Amino acid sequence: MKELRLMKGNEALAEAAIRAGADAYFGYPITPQSEVIEYLMANKPEERTGMVVLQAESEVAAINMVYGAAGCGKKALTSSSSPGMSLKQEGISYIAGAELPCVLVNVVRGGPGLGTIQPSQSDYFQSVKGGGHGDYKLIVLAPSSVQESVDYVKLAFELAFKYRTPVMIQSDGIIGQMMEKVELFEQMPRVEPDYEWATIGRKEGKPSTFVTSLQLQAEEQEKVNLRLQAKYREIEKNEVLFESHYCEDADYLLTAFGSCARITRKAMEMARAKGIKVGLLRPQTLYPFPTEEFNRLAGQVKGILCVEMNAGQMVEDVRLSVNGKTKVEHFGRFGGMIPNPDEILNALEQKIIGG
Amino acid sequence: MAKRGDVVIDIEKCKGCEVCISACPQNVLAVASEVNNKGYHYAVKVNEGCTGCANCAIVCPDAVITVYREK
Amino acid sequence: MSENLIKPENLVYKKTDVMTDRILHYCPGCAHGTAHRLLAEVIDEMGIQNETIGVAPVGCSVLAYYYFNVDMQEAAHGRAPAVATGIKRVFPEKFVFTYQGDGDLAAIGTAETIHAINRGENILVVFINNGIYGMTGGQMAPTTLQGMKSSTSPFGRDVKTMGSPLKITELIAQLPGAYFVTRQAVHKPANVRKAKKAIKKAMEYQKLNKGTCFVEIVANCPSNWKMTPVQSNQWMEENMFPFYPLGDIKVPEEN
Repeated sequence: MKELRLMKGNEALAEAAIRAGADAYFGYPITPQSEVIEYLMANKPEERTGMVVLQAESEVAAINMVYGAAGCGKKALTSSSSPGMSLKQEGISYIAGAELPCVLVNVVRGGPGLGTIQPSQSDYFQSVKGGGHGDYKLIVLAPSSVQESVDYVKLAFELAFKYRTPVMIQSDGIIGQMMEKVELFEQMPRVEPDYEWATIGRKEGKPSTFVTSLQLQAEEQEKVNLRLQAKYREIEKNEVLFESHYCEDADYLLTAFGSCARITRKAMEMARAKGIKVGLLRPQTLYPFPTEEFNRLAGQVKGILCVEMNAGQMVEDVRLSVNGKTKVEHFGRFGGMIPNPDEILNALEQKIIGG
Repeated sequence: MAKRGDVVIDIEKCKGCEVCISACPQNVLAVASEVNNKGYHYAVKVNEGCTGCANCAIVCPDAVITVYREK
Repeated sequence: MSENLIKPENLVYKKTDVMTDRILHYCPGCAHGTAHRLLAEVIDEMGIQNETIGVAPVGCSVLAYYYFNVDMQEAAHGRAPAVATGIKRVFPEKFVFTYQGDGDLAAIGTAETIHAINRGENILVVFINNGIYGMTGGQMAPTTLQGMKSSTSPFGRDVKTMGSPLKITELIAQLPGAYFVTRQAVHKPANVRKAKKAIKKAMEYQKLNKGTCFVEIVANCPSNWKMTPVQSNQWMEENMFPFYPLGDIKVPEEN
């Protein structure tokens, strides 16, 4: 039987972590994501499944606790919001370098600096292009509903262990704070790890295992990088997710991710009501990016408007994807401001149709 | 009478730090005039009188000394 | 005469198998090797080789996992206590240790050190204090003595502008989460024996789940102190020990 509940995005995500069979959560409070750790503390997952929940002394400590637990082959996650995510970048780079699976949640708020506690999408570059040092990628999932906040937790752990890589769920202050009807999946069992790469205690007669991101010999470090790059090509081949609305007959294309895609969809409907054939392409994975689909649609549409709650970040990937085949413009509100459908439609008419 | 002992030094792993020499109560050890493959003047046993106390081995940072002692 | 003594039944001391056969990369006379060996011997004697997970720091002992024949993780600089927390919380039945230098533990990782111990994480922290950054070439550490020269205090540490040497071990002993705190050395046979006893006690306490055990080892750094190993041990006795006196700092109230 379906289990339906009315839940806040952050709380639903926390419940999904327990149900996904997570072994450990380590976090530090920051608005607008503190409900994740608050929900976990209140719901006693230690009693429900044996899952560990710990409030760390900092985001830096939290991500390194994730490193330790993930290095043991355990399902570990952390969550934060933008300034906290900046602090975690060192640890994320080490996790990517050591090829450990884990789930990261960023409930994005406006920046730069201390910025604002209002929703934003200005961490696209940080999540998709790197964030920390070195050549690495995160798989980045962008939920646009409370339901996807739940479903992506399960998916994120699956992908993290399939590729031994950190997976980011990039939510934002709207998705995290709003309440919606959500269908919860059934409790999954926690699994005792038995991976050859994990430090679970040396096996008699076998060499010990170590988890590291260090290779002092350049030849060896290049091999690590080549292995990572091969993994990323596999991810790009297999894991692209997107959602299309009315793209097949579209003369113009709107694109947006996360919460912004919901507002943009309304603008699309308003344009359609005016007789303008507009479609919407919503990337669900920001990395890997739906490059091929954008390139395909670029041969069909007269222009693309990329709508973001930032000063223009995903638009760069859209431009790279269409490779000059069609015009690509950006419309954004930022610093915690949320665009409304009227101004999106207006931007479409000014920058793409009339431009 | 003190028991007799002996040491075996893995000279290729020895770095010639001499910490064992000052730790030996019987003054049994010294540095060799020869060097090993890494270029270190390794430790050698130069005198009789080893009692197998293992002081040299337990202060050796590189764990190169194995100690024997008569039963 | 001596050849006839070298037979298995006469063996009194050999390198433990809990250390691998790799040649240590440490400089001649460096205390790291001795400290590694004592920890490995304790793990061997307790029969917990397959139940121990160690955490290596950043610093000279960054490659410690090459030498311990136990499962290990390499942490970011200063973060070993957080990594160890993550390990111990998901594997509470395992024996978990961190092995950290003074820069790692008492400068960049001060927050992780203090909070892990304040939570009373049931881990062993081995702290090697040689008053200098070894790996990067002899820069000033938080524990560098007043007036001591380093490559970033070339005229000696001036406490007016550079701060005083940090007695982090005494600080840690104040925390309720610290169960056993001691300061040892490994340069002479008697010190080695005492240090090993302390490490063993600390590892055994881990079974009690009473809190963090913390073993500082005051150590030499012949290369960066610019002395021979034997001179450096002498200098350590004369200069380090007066400021960092050896002995137990916090002992459990035994019942």
